[in-house]
Amino acid sequence: MIEPVLSVRNLQVEFASRRGTLRAIDDVSFDIAKGEVLGVVGESGAGKSVTGLSVIGLIDPPGRIAGGEIRLAGLRIDNLPAEEMRRIRGKRIGMIFQDPLTSLNPLYKVGDQIVETIRTHLNLSERAARRRAIDLLAEVGIPAPEKRIDGYPHEFSGGMRQRVVIALAICAEPELIIADEPTTALDVSVQAQIIALIKRLGRDHGTAVMLVTHDMGVIAETSDRVAVMYAGRIAEIGPVQDVVRNPLHPYAKGLMGAIPTLAGEDKRLVQIPGSMPRLSAIPPGCSFNPRCAFAFDRCRVDRPEPLPRGAQSVACHLYDNVPAESAA
Amino acid sequence: MLAFTLRRAVQAIGVMFAVGIIAFSMFRFAGDPVNQIVSIDTSAAERAIVRKSLGLDDPVPVQFARYFADAAQFKFGVSYQFRQPVSALLMERMPATLELAICATVFAMVFGILMGVYSALKRDTVLAKLFQAVSLIGISLPTFLIGILLIYLFAVTLGWLPSFGRGEVVKLGWWTTGLLTLSGLKALIMPSITLGLFQMTLIMRLVRAEMLEVLRTDYIRFARARGLTTRAIHFGHALKNTLIPVITVAGLQFGSVIAFSIITETVFQWPGMGLLFVQAVQNVDIPIMAAYLLMVSLIFVTINLVVDILYTVVDPRLRSTVGRAA
Repeated sequence: MIEPVLSVRNLQVEFASRRGTLRAIDDVSFDIAKGEVLGVVGESGAGKSVTGLSVIGLIDPPGRIAGGEIRLAGLRIDNLPAEEMRRIRGKRIGMIFQDPLTSLNPLYKVGDQIVETIRTHLNLSERAARRRAIDLLAEVGIPAPEKRIDGYPHEFSGGMRQRVVIALAICAEPELIIADEPTTALDVSVQAQIIALIKRLGRDHGTAVMLVTHDMGVIAETSDRVAVMYAGRIAEIGPVQDVVRNPLHPYAKGLMGAIPTLAGEDKRLVQIPGSMPRLSAIPPGCSFNPRCAFAFDRCRVDRPEPLPRGAQSVACHLYDNVPAESAA
Repeated sequence: MLAFTLRRAVQAIGVMFAVGIIAFSMFRFAGDPVNQIVSIDTSAAERAIVRKSLGLDDPVPVQFARYFADAAQFKFGVSYQFRQPVSALLMERMPATLELAICATVFAMVFGILMGVYSALKRDTVLAKLFQAVSLIGISLPTFLIGILLIYLFAVTLGWLPSFGRGEVVKLGWWTTGLLTLSGLKALIMPSITLGLFQMTLIMRLVRAEMLEVLRTDYIRFARARGLTTRAIHFGHALKNTLIPVITVAGLQFGSVIAFSIITETVFQWPGMGLLFVQAVQNVDIPIMAAYLLMVSLIFVTINLVVDILYTVVDPRLRSTVGRAA
């Protein structure tokens, strides 16, 4: 088996607070292969962004990685010294943040910011770096890049700025891109373009992409596989068609049921009753049990572990003790 | 850009006009100027001649127009106490004040920015907390008290620095400088610290607060995600964004440094414009007071103008919005 680009095993992230330690990520494991797009979906606070930030090593204190390991192409990166991790950031892992309007330093020309990043990671002359920056801007679809390179961020529209941010994230040909809600702050018409761009870049360069979003539509369009997160854990993970057409976990079922369709069936959208528990009040057993229609006694006591079901994997007691064939 | 500068310049002239009216009215409210010039036993006829020769019998608007026209050419009349043209007196005293103000501002900027950046980046160290405590003292102690304490410590007790005056000065054309002699430099130290301490603590607290704010922004987080070195992030990206409001404050404070040098100059008997002004107040020397008022407001208005223009140079966002508005 080929080594995955990113391999996360039993990751735990904790935040020390005045009222004790809160566990934001609890026992999360997943892999992303070369050229694969993994969508990570869930409600706000489910731990999607924290997972992304812990992979790139940017969790701010009081947060810390409390357990598990993260490997980038076999190299363990969760316990690297700060300086070595810095060299990996931007070079081997690129990151795209949610808000392109605030991601760029307003006082520097976009070209200078790209050249600075290129020269931090690659041994290039000022001129070669500038030429590369122009090529990058062209690649992410900015018209007249040789002119726009000397523009300031405020001279770009939101969608164009996100393209610049993407150019910055890929400027050293990283193996992995973490895109944290890359389209949430953009107009719907621009969203599709940015999604298409990320998809194309991943395909052209064989880059693995971790796409964090709460938009199931974006995931369905872009991702090869999807991980559904709930209260700091992965509820279900699997190929995107399987999870969308045949979700196993009751929470995933609820999520898919909440996507409006254009088919115009005169049906009310399904709601999942209640809301996700706060980190300080995660119930024992399955963290979803208070909202789950299928919960039984065991769900309130025992924490479900991920169970393989075909290409999918689901953390739910409903699938325990049931032969794989009859469950699917 | 040009239209913006012109508009600001016109506003500045308007402000100067208003200050001119106040300066002019000082003459009228402080009694009859003729009485302050002539002696008690001067006859009424002679008084009338003096009045006519000074143009004081003309209608008030004409007098004001004449005063304003003269002031625009830096002619402020003759001092009652020195019997010399006020402009010559001011010119003679100006280098001392400007040198002191510049030294104080440089001191305040250098130490204020250094201490501010340090206490923002190393927030939890003992030294950073010490800076915070010291800045509280600097901001709350009055200038004259700091000056007197410094004199007591370094001039009276230790005898290291002179307690008053400028020391030896060197003449460079009409400018006199104390920067070229050892005694001149030694004499500058305590007044500069006294005058600049408040500004220093102000700048330090401002830099610290701004820097902490900037370090929390998305573009700093993104800069970290791009793998830039800590040095490049702190001193390239964060500091430049921090310094924008600092430029404004430091620039505007330069005007107050000159205006408030009155107190420092009095404490250290510094032969500058401030000391001249204090003496003028004591002797009701209206031409000097009026001229000082005009000078200080001219400096204030000029600095405001320069800061506005500098702002657009540093911040590209302002450049384009200004361009669009114009």
